[in-house]
Amino acid sequence: MHSIVGHVTQIALFATCLADTLFPDVPRATVTVLERLGHQVMFPMEQTCCGQMHVNTGYQREALPLIRRYVNVFEPYELIVAPSGSCVGSIGHQHAMVARRHGDEQLAVRAEAVAARTYEFSQLLVDVLSVEDVGAHYPHRVTYHPTCHSLRLLGVGDRPLRLLRRVSGIDLVPLPDAEVCCGFGGTFAVKNADVSTAMLADKMRNVLDTRAEICTAGDSSCLMHIGGGLSRLRAGVRTVHLAEILAST
Amino acid sequence: MTTFLGMPVHAPRGVGHLRASEEFPVAARRALADTQLRRNLGKATTTIRAKRAVVVSELPDWEELRNAGQAIKAATLAGLGGYLEQLESSVTARGGTVHWARDAVEANNIVTGLVQAAGATEVVKVKSLATDEIGLNDALAAAGIAAYETDLAELIVQLGHDRPSHILVPAIHRNRTEIRDIFLREMGDVSPGLTDDPAALAEAARQHLRRKFLSATVGISGANFGIAETGTLCVVESEGNGRMCVTLPKTLITVMGIEKVIPRWADLGVFLQLLPRSSTGERMNPYTSMWAGVTPGDGPQSVHLVLLDNGRTAALADPVGRAALHCIRCSACLNVCPVYERTGGHAYGSVYPGPIGAVLTPQLTGIEDNASLPYASSLCGACYDVCPVKIDIPALLVHLRARHVEESRRAVPSAEAITMAAASWAMASPGRYAAAQQAGRAGRLLGRRGKISALPPPLAAWTRARDAPVPPAQTFRQWWRSQHRDDRPGSSVDGPG
Repeated sequence: MHSIVGHVTQIALFATCLADTLFPDVPRATVTVLERLGHQVMFPMEQTCCGQMHVNTGYQREALPLIRRYVNVFEPYELIVAPSGSCVGSIGHQHAMVARRHGDEQLAVRAEAVAARTYEFSQLLVDVLSVEDVGAHYPHRVTYHPTCHSLRLLGVGDRPLRLLRRVSGIDLVPLPDAEVCCGFGGTFAVKNADVSTAMLADKMRNVLDTRAEICTAGDSSCLMHIGGGLSRLRAGVRTVHLAEILAST
Repeated sequence: MTTFLGMPVHAPRGVGHLRASEEFPVAARRALADTQLRRNLGKATTTIRAKRAVVVSELPDWEELRNAGQAIKAATLAGLGGYLEQLESSVTARGGTVHWARDAVEANNIVTGLVQAAGATEVVKVKSLATDEIGLNDALAAAGIAAYETDLAELIVQLGHDRPSHILVPAIHRNRTEIRDIFLREMGDVSPGLTDDPAALAEAARQHLRRKFLSATVGISGANFGIAETGTLCVVESEGNGRMCVTLPKTLITVMGIEKVIPRWADLGVFLQLLPRSSTGERMNPYTSMWAGVTPGDGPQSVHLVLLDNGRTAALADPVGRAALHCIRCSACLNVCPVYERTGGHAYGSVYPGPIGAVLTPQLTGIEDNASLPYASSLCGACYDVCPVKIDIPALLVHLRARHVEESRRAVPSAEAITMAAASWAMASPGRYAAAQQAGRAGRLLGRRGKISALPPPLAAWTRARDAPVPPAQTFRQWWRSQHRDDRPGSSVDGPG
């Protein structure tokens, strides 16, 4: 466990392919928060994707070059952050496994080392940088959905809530049945679209019950799903990534 | 017992209840539209989840118990052949007879032969997943033997000409009004004034079953555990009807999956703490029946154990997948699964539904016969959290998806395989990746007021219920490049000094 307090830290950002392409405000907010806290953020341009979609859909052979790329690109950095519990979960739980399955023990060992230095955003702030008050101001009614991979694969626990509670002006309201999956599940959302939608309906009902105007989480993927459903309903509730709230002043 | 040398065989087609007639997404769509089912399941699983959480939180050493359970199961599988032979010796030494069944057909033939040899045309049954798996009741019926299910929920399923939908509570998809209607229609000897009061329903079943218990000469059971060291078989239940079945008849036949063996008597202490808390949310189940061979003058005088493979050694041959054989059939994973809670068990098409079914069933049958099951999960991980023997079900699902993809790679790849290969090719190079991002920005043309309401296939399923985001004017990397030079550690601009 890194613990670096009180001096400038250099942090490599893994933007994730989804946020880089569709939600650029999320990695930008990550940069904003870290720079505001006095740290230096680097963005290795050779990065692409962690390969989770391939692994979770069964295409491990196709994931292997992406895993090798992730390891090659981020190996030189001491500290890596991604604004996604799911991608960090995949890096920690799948990279070495896929490498071993393809007989590449050397890559597996390197992947384990890089994964040990790769943190989800709330983990980095609370555990490594020892910060809970990031100086944010966000005068909105907000409910927080703990995404499955951040909760159960990474064990981020209440770190995101501890960060949110220190945001000034926020009206943070608890989400009923918060720990139940929203139904995204990557390609599950398409392969089992009906079940995914049924799970989404229950998640949206709980979000709407809170009367929040914002539903936040630490994963752009789950938020794309929840937000897509809320938008279709014209529900008057938006989804905003945790990093974006923490970047607001 | 001849030694079978060769590849392990899967559960055969055409017998038993391990294969669905349709793929999971199709069956699930129909189940999702059944509002009564949704309500029944939601109510039942919510209740059991809460009960389990309370009794598990009482035990300060719950994690140690889980670790112990996992370790015992892993060690047992590692020496499975030896433990099974030890079990056979122990049972035989105490007056029982052991039979080895390679698959459902062999097991059904053995049991049918034993019932016929006993001269019986009726049998009473303890709730048993193994006998449901092999379709024993159908086989017995074909031989003119009537099998009566005596577990209340199994009785409801049997009388309703239905299929079990849950490991522990086979009739979880029924509410008490539906149960009353089934009893009135099917029981024959029930009062027409029967209400849907639970006590009245239980009493009706009790009267109905008591006559069967007193007349049957053969009982058939499964087994939760078989102890190699002592030859003891163990059935864990709530109603006492199982106790009736294993004590009253003259002949007792037990069908047990080979993975149910545990090495030592002392191991039972671990599992009897894990199982009731995980399954019914009770500290201890009301009835735990244990017997070893024959006790002269007491209980069944003819005792048989049928050891069933039916695809289990095929699962054992997979170093990752074999963890599914650790399962002690508690059903905690079903009760917490958001997919199971919404679809129910029938959508899985197997007697083993839910998360554990999605990893066990395809291994028993061969993945090609249940190829949609490993994908019937959002990989949320709730099942792993509650599993009393710590089966990493999400990891097994991912593993079986990989096996499925590898086994179905063809000369002409599927559309999905082409998409995945193209995505991999694009993302393996930052240049191609950026180009693909640019191409994706064509999606901006689909956007109206910041959202996309209809996407082309294969993403059309997304926009049936959800809007999609419009690609932004600028990707993150484009923005970064506009602000910074390339970052490398040690580079002149941003690298570590």
